[in-house]
Amino acid sequence: MKYHLLAMAGALALGAQGAAAQDLTVTSFGGAYGAAQQEHMIDPYVAETGVNILFEDYGGGVAEMKAQSESGNIQWDVVDIEVIDLERACSEGYVAAIDHSMLPPGDDGTPAAEDFIPEALHECGVGNIVWSIIFAHANDAYADGGPQTIADFFDTEAFPGKRGLRKRPQVNLEWALMADGVAPEDVYEVLATEEGQQRAFDKLGTIKDDIVWYDSWSQAPVLLNDGGAQMVQSANGRIFAAIKDEGAPFTMVWDSHVYDLDVWAVMEGTEKMDQALDFIKFATQTVPLSGMQDVAYGPTRKSAQALLPEDVKQDLPTAHLDAGLKADGIFWADFGESLGEKFNEWLLQ
Amino acid sequence: MRGFPEYFTIWHIAGHYALRLMAYLVLGFLILPILVIIPLSFNAEPFFTFTQGMLALDPDAYSLRWYEEIVTDQKWTLAIRNSFIIGVAAAILATVLGTVAAVGLASPWMPFKRLITALLLSPMIVPLIIIAAGMFFFYTNFGLVGTYPGLIIAHAALGVPFVIITVTATLAGFDRSLFSAGLSLGASPVKVFWDVVIPLIRPGVISGGLFAFVTSFDEVVLVLFLAGPEQRTIPRQMFSGLREQINPTILAVATLLVVLSMALLVTLEILRRRSERLRGAG
Amino acid sequence: MAETALAAQATASGLGPEDARNAAREVRAQRVRAFLFVLPLLAFIFFAFVAPIASMLFRSAYNPTAAELVPTTLEAIESWDGEGRPDEAVLTQFAIDLKRLANDRTSGQLAEEINRFLPGTSSVVKSTARALRRAEDETLATGGAALLLDANEAWGEPGIWRALTQAGQVYSASYYLTALDLEMSREGTIQQRDTQIYLKLYGKTLWMALIITLLTLILGYPLAFHMAHSSTSRANFLMVFVLLPFWTSLLVRTTSWIALLQTNGVVNSTLMALGLTRDPLEMLYTQFSTIIAMTHILLPFMVLPLYSVMRGIDPSYMRAAMSMGSRPIPAFLRIYLPMSLPGLSAGALLVFIISVGYYITPALVGGTDGQMISNIIAFHMQQSNNWELAAALGSLLLFLIIALYWLYDRFVGAGNIKLG
Repeated sequence: MKYHLLAMAGALALGAQGAAAQDLTVTSFGGAYGAAQQEHMIDPYVAETGVNILFEDYGGGVAEMKAQSESGNIQWDVVDIEVIDLERACSEGYVAAIDHSMLPPGDDGTPAAEDFIPEALHECGVGNIVWSIIFAHANDAYADGGPQTIADFFDTEAFPGKRGLRKRPQVNLEWALMADGVAPEDVYEVLATEEGQQRAFDKLGTIKDDIVWYDSWSQAPVLLNDGGAQMVQSANGRIFAAIKDEGAPFTMVWDSHVYDLDVWAVMEGTEKMDQALDFIKFATQTVPLSGMQDVAYGPTRKSAQALLPEDVKQDLPTAHLDAGLKADGIFWADFGESLGEKFNEWLLQ
Repeated sequence: MRGFPEYFTIWHIAGHYALRLMAYLVLGFLILPILVIIPLSFNAEPFFTFTQGMLALDPDAYSLRWYEEIVTDQKWTLAIRNSFIIGVAAAILATVLGTVAAVGLASPWMPFKRLITALLLSPMIVPLIIIAAGMFFFYTNFGLVGTYPGLIIAHAALGVPFVIITVTATLAGFDRSLFSAGLSLGASPVKVFWDVVIPLIRPGVISGGLFAFVTSFDEVVLVLFLAGPEQRTIPRQMFSGLREQINPTILAVATLLVVLSMALLVTLEILRRRSERLRGAG
Repeated sequence: MAETALAAQATASGLGPEDARNAAREVRAQRVRAFLFVLPLLAFIFFAFVAPIASMLFRSAYNPTAAELVPTTLEAIESWDGEGRPDEAVLTQFAIDLKRLANDRTSGQLAEEINRFLPGTSSVVKSTARALRRAEDETLATGGAALLLDANEAWGEPGIWRALTQAGQVYSASYYLTALDLEMSREGTIQQRDTQIYLKLYGKTLWMALIITLLTLILGYPLAFHMAHSSTSRANFLMVFVLLPFWTSLLVRTTSWIALLQTNGVVNSTLMALGLTRDPLEMLYTQFSTIIAMTHILLPFMVLPLYSVMRGIDPSYMRAAMSMGSRPIPAFLRIYLPMSLPGLSAGALLVFIISVGYYITPALVGGTDGQMISNIIAFHMQQSNNWELAAALGSLLLFLIIALYWLYDRFVGAGNIKLG
């Protein structure tokens, strides 16, 4: 009996060792977007290299990276970050600087430095998608037409119902100011002042009782679907995929959308730096990038843009840039912390 | 129908039935929420709700697709494997240490008995969030965060109180003179422990071990704080599923877990009966 | 004690002092042997459990981050009297330090530490660090102070420097003050903070725990009573319905409640099918759903101790009282209730203690207003990464739990916890 126990414990310990050996941990946002990345980036990479990849989901933000970095327990290797959070992750040293000269040229031979759109080559990341934060509503929730503008989103009289918002200050405060009449080009300037911040929180406060907060992008279409909310803030691809793949009766509104890039970045301090960079090199080639059209996200390489059919381009954020606001990563690097704190106190009030 | 004493008025009898009705309603409240997920897990649609087809008992509205998902999705298979690795290892560690300690605690000569018992049982009472935060701070110094040994140690600490309680309970009916008799016959304490004590308290040890296993198997807060992506367990996977992406795979897993707990309940009942028999015979 | 008693006994029974000494030695050996059995586990628990708790307590008052980041500035600022702007030398030194941090990419950490003492300041520190990042070393050495003031006028005010000094203290009770919604004023007196968060949350947590305890009591008492006064086989059968939920994973039970209470969930569909409500009720992600789900989850902890006590109460007492003409309710209140009190207090304290520290269920079904103190601790551990504040909040919770545990031990006895 005694020896059995010992043998069992030993076998378990060995099994545990084996499980930890080779894996590269890649973290992204899951849902329809994660599925597209799985299909066009992860699976082909695994097939080519034989490296085992643990493809994890997270809800975004820098908190988890920060906890890993400050405790010294680095558990992720590669991470997909919104540029709205990237500047902060980079200036605080959670993600490593990346040498862009390692990137291969586009499939048409254009050198990487010219093939990528300029914003896509960040000190700490390589652009993955151009995407946008829009809002959508359930078609059956509103009789004629439904909400058209960001002001309608904040108008609970004309458009009653729950609003799903991602639980963070980013984008919500921008929307509040734009709904309150601030011009898109002035938004970040206003938000940098004490009065502007108060104004944004006050505006957000007018719909506070009707807000359903969620933690992760994949919850947005779910909320619309199961009736938890009548309008939701969402990454455009999630709603696009729900309409396209499941025939969900949703309508997207592009007014005052906030567009941004996602990049692939490498955790500072990972033991698998070379492996991680190798994955990024692979995933940001022309063909894998063009695959993100499945969820209506635009590629960051011009050579990949060329691979897209004309009708798909209409659904991409790049077709709607005039109506939108570019997310300001530097603003949020400076203000993310203090506004985050204010936001949480405001939530608890 | 039972007979009521003659001093019972109609109100007594009404009260009696009202009480009985209340008891059954409470039993329903306890059990129905658990049973409701079982049919839902066979939903053909990716929702948490009964569809019209399901209510009409249309066979097409039911499917096994979420069960297939469990066995094909790498995340779930890894989680299942991890739960068993960590659960079994933590249970063994807790059971070995706990059983030996319980024998010491059962001795009438044990010093500081009350204090030490309270200390050893305290992991059961301290909120998990506090334990998790403390372990996160402390285990970091030893590189144990994000490793299997870290989680096994953490879960073993949580399982210890259950082993202490069950083994102490079995030892309460244990005749200590058997121990002395063994010693006086010239056997070493280890041999006596192994050949005399263990067979007698085995039911208690096994049920303590089961408790420790279940504690680890069901635990998620420590896993949230201490596990890396490679150590994800079933509850951890369910937790993130419920937070991020509600789909019926979670219900399928939940159904399997209900079946598992039924099996466990039966095992424990058998052990309890055997323990009673043993003690009755001793 | 046992030794002297034994020695006395030995003497009394006519044995010599030699025998008494032998007996005493034997007792000591027994004690050591018993202790040796417990020692391995004790050592394990100290490492795996006690030391982590201790390190959390330590962490709540110990934070060397700022002191390690800018030691020279902190040394230079010591001579400052706390009024007006510090010396130019201090500003220059800080500008040099900040540039270094910006290039090491650790300026964010400092910003965060300062921000804790003067909310809203992190953006000042971060934008300044960004501005200084490419400054020449020579320019900094001579005109660092001017660069700093150029980057942001807040550096000319005493507030931010006071915050820096406070953040520089390695040992500090300030996190406890924050955890109690207090702060240190400029004059060094303790005053209330503008925003009251944590005390309110502690209050809400205790209140919710109380409601849950009462609900489990109201539901559990009749059930335990019915079971205790059924035949053994029937009671064992009914017990299965109590034990199955008890043994079923917490996550499973929480999942059930999500399926039941969501907008298009089972409860709403049923209510609407019955015509009781036209629009679905909003139940999930509220305080209501937290309380219901936790009541369900903790009910067995109430039923089991109640049942085991009630099983031991002889029904003939009640019968006797009632046959002598006492009406049921007074008979129950005077005779049965007091006899069931041990089970009642054990169950109630256990449920209360467990619910005060509950995390998972409120996190999953609580929405915003169903959050309890554990959730805010987790928030500060995982989201805001204010580990010191999390540790201080956790320590306060721990003291509360220890007090409750002490009560439990006193009235019930920790060793008497029954399982199944």
